[in-house]
Amino acid sequence: MSPGESTRLRQGLGFILPWLVGFLFFSLYPLLASLWFSLCDYSVLASPVFIGTKNFTDMATDPVFWQALRNTLAFAFAAIPLGTSLAIGLAILLNQPVRGRGFFRTVFFLPSLVPVISLAILWQWILNGQMGLLNTLLHYPLEWVGHWLGTPCPPPDWLNDPHFALWGLVFTGLWGTGHAMVIYLAGLQEIPAELYEAAELDGTNAWQRFRHVTLPMLSPVIFFNVIMGVIGTLQTFAVPFILTNGGDGPGRSLLFVATYIYQNAFSYWNMGYACSLALFLFLLIALITLWVVRIGEKRVHYAGR
Amino acid sequence: MRLLPIFFCGLGLAACSAPEDPRARGRLVLEYWEKWTGYEGDAIAAVVEDFNNSQERIFVRRLTVSKMDQKLILATSGRNPPDVAGLWNTYLPAYVENNALLPLDRLAAEASIGEEDYIPVFWEMCRHRGHLWALPTTPSVAALHWNKKIFREAGLDPDQPPRTLAELERFNEKITRKNPDGTLDRIGHMPQEPGWWMRDFNRWFGGKVWDGESRLLLDSEPNRRFFAWLETYPRRFGGPAMYRLRGGFGNFASPENPFFTGKVAMVMHGVWLNNFIRNYAPPDFEYGAAAFPADEENPSDPVSVAEADILVIPAGSRHPREAMEFIRYVQSQAAMEKLCLLMKKFTPLREVSPGFLENHPHPYLGVFLELARSPRTAPILNIPSFNEYSNDIETNVNEVLRGALTGEEGRTRLSERQQKALQDKLARWQRVAGIREAAWRRELDEAP
Repeated sequence: MSPGESTRLRQGLGFILPWLVGFLFFSLYPLLASLWFSLCDYSVLASPVFIGTKNFTDMATDPVFWQALRNTLAFAFAAIPLGTSLAIGLAILLNQPVRGRGFFRTVFFLPSLVPVISLAILWQWILNGQMGLLNTLLHYPLEWVGHWLGTPCPPPDWLNDPHFALWGLVFTGLWGTGHAMVIYLAGLQEIPAELYEAAELDGTNAWQRFRHVTLPMLSPVIFFNVIMGVIGTLQTFAVPFILTNGGDGPGRSLLFVATYIYQNAFSYWNMGYACSLALFLFLLIALITLWVVRIGEKRVHYAGR
Repeated sequence: MRLLPIFFCGLGLAACSAPEDPRARGRLVLEYWEKWTGYEGDAIAAVVEDFNNSQERIFVRRLTVSKMDQKLILATSGRNPPDVAGLWNTYLPAYVENNALLPLDRLAAEASIGEEDYIPVFWEMCRHRGHLWALPTTPSVAALHWNKKIFREAGLDPDQPPRTLAELERFNEKITRKNPDGTLDRIGHMPQEPGWWMRDFNRWFGGKVWDGESRLLLDSEPNRRFFAWLETYPRRFGGPAMYRLRGGFGNFASPENPFFTGKVAMVMHGVWLNNFIRNYAPPDFEYGAAAFPADEENPSDPVSVAEADILVIPAGSRHPREAMEFIRYVQSQAAMEKLCLLMKKFTPLREVSPGFLENHPHPYLGVFLELARSPRTAPILNIPSFNEYSNDIETNVNEVLRGALTGEEGRTRLSERQQKALQDKLARWQRVAGIREAAWRRELDEAP
């Protein structure tokens, strides 16, 4: 190594040192420590005691954990496709040359700026079964449906009925679609107009253009958003936690793995068990992300390649 | 780049703490964490102020801390706890068994504080595993509160509360009003409003949650009756209808409180409710308070559960002796009565001055004092797995009240899961019991 290279190496190391120190102390050490704690009975105050794989066997027979896992996966599988479809739909609409386009883009993006706490409290009221805005809107259509069917059709009690609570949360999540919409909008604007012109010359209709031009060209952006969505939804914590005032929702229908980790770590003082749950969640996210990447390899179209 | 100096100045200003009270100079500063805010926080601040003015050696610096039950244990595990802290009595067993507190037996004895000074139930709740760990401050017991105007409307005697649970349910049927579409317009009583004592409700059926050693007693006859009683609610009023009605209830501390708006006519509440009625209920609101009726025909004594805010000295406190001096001051009759009067509660001390009773704004203070002294009043549940139990009973009881589970199913699920949670906590305790006991004995022998 020449003196110049050695100097550059030192400078480079110097620049990355703050990050490296942060990574070692605030990411790698907690990760390794939680690996160890997952094999221990650890209440935070007393020293951890090695108990082998008991936390993992407990997890396998813990019905609350399985319910939290089912809720987490159900939420992810409902929220991601719905959120993605809505964001793409809005982005396509707002990409059309219409008057006041900038205004509408701002309006649809604005809700995603609302802080999570305010968002959850706002939706607590929107979803209120007795006097919520959503049920006020649903009242007359459902009354008409009930009249037509000959049986009363009351609007759902969103946050108190275990059959609807998860859907209430999915709707709450759609409030932040504006963020993904902006990314899709940027992706749409990157699609060369010549591709649409060529497709039109070939006699395609709007749906065919969407199916064979827009979607493939947008697929890298969709891929990115889906990966971020998977990681985000599997770690869902704040909104359901506030929506249920720190509880689990009716029949534990709003208990998620991340919430259960928090409860065990800081409320039940079972840090060892919480670490084993966290490790499981980490592996689950890694596996699902890998699965999505595998699908992406076949389905994502990169124009530059 | 021009903004950099401003940024660093901002950082510097942010790093500066609030100016220290000049009275703290030259004194030993005692860090005191307290959970209360609002008028309760002001009451504590007034007593702290009195203590700081009463002597010149110690200065108590009060810090309001939210989620105290979690933060205190984390601060203690990080070996940076406050010198003294205000907790709720329910957390005592979990804190003790996790070695988070100092035993106070010797310090209390030196301060001439003893069992004879307190109403028995409040002294009892400060003890665990044979030692004294805390001293009570502001107490409460749960009692029935009823809306007299609604009683009158329903053709009931507004001055005659139900004396048995069966009578409460008869009143409940008379008061409850349904809308034409089957939804509820008003209900006489529902166990989940406010539902704060759900884990202790079995006391009114003569039951206990656990034997105090190792076993849950949820399969006992009184506990079975308690769950069977819960099961009657969805059958009579409709589970979804009750929860839909409840969905429209406002916050406890607001004019939308369902008891104040007349949506619920009978509720179980603590001594504090009177203050909230004065602040939030309509001016013509009329209510009464009495012992909540038990599930028996002729109860010998009224039944209730008691709870209290407690003062503890966390393990690792840097100034335990001075912390005890502050606690002793708060336990003096004058300071305690001032605190309890400002908090609109009664005092946990046996001795009550005539002035306290005369000046107290609560019209039913006598009811609460009688309940606190009743031999059938027990401390609210204190079990090492308290948080797990609270969460689980809330879920299962709500499922029973919604009609999704039968009483038996709810009881069995709760019992199976919570017996395991208790056993895990006890196994943890057994591993360290010898070491802890020896450390506490050492602590007591070598108390500072």
